[in-house]
Amino acid sequence: MSTILIIEQILNGLQFGIMLFLMAAGLTLIFGVMGLINLAHGSLYMIGAFAAAAVAGATGSFALALIAALAAAALAGAIVEIVVIRRLYAAAHLDQVLATFALILVFSEGTRWVFGSFPLFLDVPSYLSGPITLPGGIQYPLYRLALILIGLLVAFALWWLTVRTRLGVQIRAGENDREMIAALGVDISKLYTIVFALGAALAGLAGALVGAIQSVQVGMGEPVLILAFVVIVIGGIGSIKGAFIGAILVGLTDTLGGIFLPQFFKLFMEAGAATQTGSALASMAVYVLMSLVLIWRPTGLFGARS
Amino acid sequence: MMQERTINALVLAGFVLLPIWALATDEPFTITLATRAVLLALAAVGLNIALGIGGLVSLGHAVFFGLGGYAMGILAFHAQSFTPLELGPLTIAGTKSMPIIWLCAIVVSALAAFVIGLLSLRTTGVYFIMITLAFGQMFFFFSISWSAYGGEDGLSIWVRNSFPGLNTLIPIQFFGLCFAALCLALFIHWRLRASPFGLTLNAARQNPARVEAVGLSPIRLKLLAFVISGAITGLAGALFADLNRFVSPTMFSWQLSGELIVLIVIGGVGRLMGPVVGAAVFVALEHLLGGLTDFWHIWLGVILLVIVLFSRGGIIGALTGKAGPHV
Repeated sequence: MSTILIIEQILNGLQFGIMLFLMAAGLTLIFGVMGLINLAHGSLYMIGAFAAAAVAGATGSFALALIAALAAAALAGAIVEIVVIRRLYAAAHLDQVLATFALILVFSEGTRWVFGSFPLFLDVPSYLSGPITLPGGIQYPLYRLALILIGLLVAFALWWLTVRTRLGVQIRAGENDREMIAALGVDISKLYTIVFALGAALAGLAGALVGAIQSVQVGMGEPVLILAFVVIVIGGIGSIKGAFIGAILVGLTDTLGGIFLPQFFKLFMEAGAATQTGSALASMAVYVLMSLVLIWRPTGLFGARS
Repeated sequence: MMQERTINALVLAGFVLLPIWALATDEPFTITLATRAVLLALAAVGLNIALGIGGLVSLGHAVFFGLGGYAMGILAFHAQSFTPLELGPLTIAGTKSMPIIWLCAIVVSALAAFVIGLLSLRTTGVYFIMITLAFGQMFFFFSISWSAYGGEDGLSIWVRNSFPGLNTLIPIQFFGLCFAALCLALFIHWRLRASPFGLTLNAARQNPARVEAVGLSPIRLKLLAFVISGAITGLAGALFADLNRFVSPTMFSWQLSGELIVLIVIGGVGRLMGPVVGAAVFVALEHLLGGLTDFWHIWLGVILLVIVLFSRGGIIGALTGKAGPHV
């Protein structure tokens, strides 16, 4: 096993983790501010990817596709918030789980109805395709490197938004005491719509960016959604910092586990059985990680509420 | 407005009369549909013990459904291929006998429920929902990558397993068996709810601090409920696999866990017959809407949204005019 392979895999893990962060940041923000579990977050990811693929197919511009993804997901998020989600804030978790599960059914089948069951394809733009040579002579796909940078940029922007802007102050205040900030004259229902649309836009962006390296199809959101839940549970629900660290942990565990666990079992097992045991355990690794974190800290790494 | 008791009796009568009618008019497919509804109901009755009485929103009950299914699949697979099942030092012969398979399914899922419950019950609220979901995914991915028993392709069983004294290949006899299991599970739920255990569990759902203050352990109560719940859902899984003569990782999928919750909520949370009504409606919708359009899940989604947003007590709640015991 060469150093180059290890570095490549670490970069892959980082890239995966950072895309998970885009999903998880929205989820954790929505939970933190509104106390809502949104299972339909994966549908917003899917909507972003489909909007990007449709616009890229029509115009050929990747930049326009990304803007379309952001806009479509934010719009879908705002509509869903106003029509359905708004009625669920005071409801029990069970009702939230069910209503958003129902939304998944509506969105998935609706998308299948409009676009059909065949996957769409979104191409990596020519200026981002091909490998790039990193210091040390490592060849790495430029697009994946760009994903890492975009993700870091978004993470920074999110930090700046929550810490340095008026909206951020309102969001953080809303997490602590919603009656108080409503009493201080903040239009709380507008704030909730904005936060939901913001989370949706982040999910849509992630969908569009990942859509270019995977296929764009119905049901693409749910596996990512579940991993994003794992991320926010590890990080502590409501904490953006936790979501970032959780996302990187999950991304690295999933990617490196898939490569190194089979190799590890080959040290003391015969090759076939080692590959099987290794890959079976690797597919469970992030969930094992989550269980361990929860057993050690039942509210996650940075979770405050009990 | 109807009495809940009347509705319960009508639903059970419907489940008895429909297959008899189907038998008289020679429509074996209707019997299969009814069996499917009964088995989904059985799985949801299991979940309802944890969810309805204990308030444990488990989004991972497909684990037990799948374990029951695989218990049946693995035992029958070894019986039909005449290979022994090697569990470390133990060597077990496969079997096609339902009572033994059921026992294995119940024991395996109860054990899994004990371990999962022990770990998950350290958390509450959203964290509990998420950790049960994560356990579900763990089993799902494990079953996909474990190629010894079919991996992603699943495992087919050639002939339905046998039950002493019955010919399970005849749909109505197999239906009777499944219906008996459902009635037994409903009886257990009914007795459990009125028992001291059920009452304290109910109290632990409403106010764990007070239950603890009178010297009982809420976590222990919930764990026991979770184990009973998992065992019943496991039995349902074994029977469901026998109905289809097929097990696959979809039995572990989180959509299935979601659907089990959906069944309970359509019928009415915390009601004895909630899951049964829910399963009947679900299978009927699946069959009727599925025949009209390929996209029937949209309508299921809309119906579900309406139920969650506007009718708190599910169908039974709407018929009796009383909101459920709790929402």
